Amino acid sequence: MNATHRMPLVPVLTALHRARRPDDVVITSMGAAREWMALGAGPLDLPLVPSSMGTAPAIALGLALAQPQRRVIVVNGDGAMLMNLGSLVSITAAAPPNLVLILEDNGVYEVTGAQPTPGSPSARGDGFNVDFEAMARASGFREIFHYQDLDAWTRDIDRVLNTRGPVFVLLDVSPVPGAVGPRSPGPAPARARELMRHLATPPAR
Amino acid sequence: MFTGTQIASLFTSMGITHVVSIADSTIGPWHPAIEASPDLHLVRVCREGEAWAVAAGLYLGGATPLVLIQCTGLFESGDSLRNILHDWKLPIFSVIGYRSYLNQSTLPGDTCLVFSEPLLDAWRIDYRLIKEPSQLDEVRAHYLACRDAGTPGAALIAEGKA
Repeated sequence: MNATHRMPLVPVLTALHRARRPDDVVITSMGAAREWMALGAGPLDLPLVPSSMGTAPAIALGLALAQPQRRVIVVNGDGAMLMNLGSLVSITAAAPPNLVLILEDNGVYEVTGAQPTPGSPSARGDGFNVDFEAMARASGFREIFHYQDLDAWTRDIDRVLNTRGPVFVLLDVSPVPGAVGPRSPGPAPARARELMRHLATPPAR
Repeated sequence: MFTGTQIASLFTSMGITHVVSIADSTIGPWHPAIEASPDLHLVRVCREGEAWAVAAGLYLGGATPLVLIQCTGLFESGDSLRNILHDWKLPIFSVIGYRSYLNQSTLPGDTCLVFSEPLLDAWRIDYRLIKEPSQLDEVRAHYLACRDAGTPGAALIAEGKA
């Protein structure tokens, strides 16, 4: 990640919040979940709180396979992605055309105090910047987008989301200073049941 | 102990739609029959912790998934399993290969025999040990009981070689 070209997280997510269709499923984790809930999570959204860190893309894969008529968008962080890099391969093996994986790379474990991840140049003796775009390509993604500029992301977002998947989107974002972890919006089992109830109704299209 | 055809038929009779799996030397030979079944979808994942999460997404989306892994993968699954089965209380059923249970000639003293059952107990997963071919129907019966109770469960299937 080029440290001079990072987008602020909240406007990045605000653009997604505006662009998503009402019948899309949006899964968010960690910092993205915190900000998504602040923007207003809908009945088909799954802020993954509490979570097992790294599993959001895998849950999205299952949802995309079970609900092929819906678009499933998952917003993952770089620290979480590093915990489950194999999910990139599992996704492209199953190849759901309705899945969009958005990776927000801020180089740190934001919710624990912004410690650098092992993929961040500041945590590495060699100063190398781990290349998630190349990882996605090597894992079998064919539709890959990378944004460092908020105007470009906002301009292109509809085209990106409407691309036949699986789609990988890398967004270079800034850590949110002083950010804390997301707070659960309520008992998880009840939220799961409610999500299932809404998903049982086919999208009106 | 079982053929792929037997396992595929069993899963079909249970109403399973998706089998989320990583192969071992017993489970892997079942995969072709599962893939060949018109009623089953085989979803290959890269680690077992991922399997529970994929199954969770499938379940939330209205499918009927099953996790098919070796007990070593159960050991790997911890935090994912905790979150899916206990935080979110999703009643995911699993079939778990019990390495070396029938034969320790390849791995004498295999510690899978030490830790598999206590770990299932620790994770509060109601399981049935399947160690005879005649017990195949017990898998289905246990699955149906767990499904009706809305709880997770497992069948621990004895494997004959490492």
